[in-house]
Amino acid sequence: MTNLFVLQLLNGLQLGVLLFLIAAGLTLVFGIMDVINLAHGVLYMVGAYLIATFAAATGSFWWGLLLMLPAAVAVGLALEWVVMRRLYARSHLDQVLATFGLVMMANEVVKIVWGVSPLSVPLPGILSGSVPLMGPLQYPVYRIAIIVAGLAVALGLFLMVNYTRIGMLLRAGATNRDMVSALGVDIGRLFAVVFTLGAVLACLAGALVAPILSVDTGMGESVLILTFVVVVIGGIGSIKGAFLGAILVAVVDTLGGVFGPILLRQVLDPAAAGQAGRTLAPMLVYILMAVILFARPAGLFGRRG
Amino acid sequence: MAEAAIPAPARRPVLAGRVKAALVLFGLFAALPPVAAAAGDPFLVLIATRILAYAIAAMALDLILGFGAMVSFGHAAYLGFGAYAVAILASFGITDIFVQIACAAGVSALFALVTGAISLRTRGVYFIMITLAFGQMAFFFFISLSAYGGDDGVGLRSRSTLFGTDLLENDVTLFYVTLAVLAALFLACHRIVGSRFGRVLTGIRENPVRMEAIGFTPFRYQLTAFVISGMMTSVAGVMLANQAEFVSPAFMSWHRSGELIVMVVLGGIGTLAGAIGGAVAALVLEEALGMMTEHWPFWFGLFLVLMVLFSPRGITGFVEKLGRRRP
Repeated sequence: MTNLFVLQLLNGLQLGVLLFLIAAGLTLVFGIMDVINLAHGVLYMVGAYLIATFAAATGSFWWGLLLMLPAAVAVGLALEWVVMRRLYARSHLDQVLATFGLVMMANEVVKIVWGVSPLSVPLPGILSGSVPLMGPLQYPVYRIAIIVAGLAVALGLFLMVNYTRIGMLLRAGATNRDMVSALGVDIGRLFAVVFTLGAVLACLAGALVAPILSVDTGMGESVLILTFVVVVIGGIGSIKGAFLGAILVAVVDTLGGVFGPILLRQVLDPAAAGQAGRTLAPMLVYILMAVILFARPAGLFGRRG
Repeated sequence: MAEAAIPAPARRPVLAGRVKAALVLFGLFAALPPVAAAAGDPFLVLIATRILAYAIAAMALDLILGFGAMVSFGHAAYLGFGAYAVAILASFGITDIFVQIACAAGVSALFALVTGAISLRTRGVYFIMITLAFGQMAFFFFISLSAYGGDDGVGLRSRSTLFGTDLLENDVTLFYVTLAVLAALFLACHRIVGSRFGRVLTGIRENPVRMEAIGFTPFRYQLTAFVISGMMTSVAGVMLANQAEFVSPAFMSWHRSGELIVMVVLGGIGTLAGAIGGAVAALVLEEALGMMTEHWPFWFGLFLVLMVLFSPRGITGFVEKLGRRRP
């Protein structure tokens, strides 16, 4: 039981770290530009497809990762330049429609370019295998590597946001966009930087997860909604909120799926517990969101309601 | 005071024009089955029934999106409640369409009341994301409902019964019943929008602070509209399940919610009759593109992006501009 708990906790942590990478960009884009971007999940998918392509071409996961990053920057810049830039001043409804259109387009482009069958990315040799944790418990090295990499990025973001000039502008922009602009900051350039940063982080999350998931067209969408939940729980515009929200959502989602039915079995007969558990588990994160929003409509660390 | 402040008579001609537009649409629809029969294409009636069902949903969404400025991105959930009400009640032998509609509307009202009360504590981007998340919650609930097919959905053994008869088994009858439901709900929406309640709702859309200052509680009006809209959308779900004779969680995916918004906007938000036209336009465009290429979502998406980017005030402005050009 303890072993299972530790194992699932680690799985939850790994999912949480990935969710954070995606949510960080999303929360900044929402918070600073007040733009809703449904196409953010697409970037996660694109990251996975890019690394699948580059890794297959070079025969190495590491080269794939290295080549993926500049490609992700290019994708982010292009998307900002061609579409997003024109949406900043628009109503939320227009933003929803345009980015919804982008999602439809991107899914089809991926189908046309890469086909409909899922791709797989080989695990990098040095990170394959498992390490013993405690007792008979083994845990895959690669998942630990994801956790470490994600935490490192989180730390880097934290330092950047709190101790650099661009970070200062980000925080200022999230608090009062108009004031930052009035003080002579080129808000257009700041937006481009923020959007591209978010895009690269989402692509990175997709690239990191590619070796342990099958890479297919639907992968961005389930993650997108979970990321929305994370951003809403954490409070729009807050990196700290995104981090805590991501870990919270992922751990609840992972542990709820495994331990929900086990706990229910204490009070219900096994068949009913199994069905109820399977039904309730995927709803847990949304119930969590509802409870948190009921108490704090602006999320855990949000300022605006 | 609030009543007197709004020059009601000045609005009459616009509303009358929209009712006329809706009547023309209904008339065209009513003429469709004989035409389809003459053309030897009975499938046309089934496709048109689907369009009518979506028109109900789009109109219900327009009630809150257009008149209340609430961008609900989870409205497909109510389509699902309606559809599953048919499937689940039928499995218990209850096939009467009125009972099914009542159950669907009841469940939807409850869901809308709870999720609406939470969502309406926020606005803007938050509101969109939260309604989307709640829609997804309902989606996952039905995916995990293995007794009713889970992910794969479940086929209906037969359509709903009308006054204890199996009249709805006939595609043409189903079509006319759906059309009648649409017309009735249009009338209801029209009355709601024109009522004091509707005008308060529109006032809140324009300026919630001012409405609060003159003594209205925006939350109460918005939540009521949200619940009404959810209940109406579930009726669309009941009709849709009967049309497809099949129910699956795909009815409630977030893409469906997005499509409903597209329909409302295509037809011009806040026009009711426009939402019906938008549903027709969006679904016909989908069918037409689908016939030309299997990659139709790409072109549909491109159409959406271009519409937003190349009209100065978004799609809404574009449609308004078109409307103004017409004599």
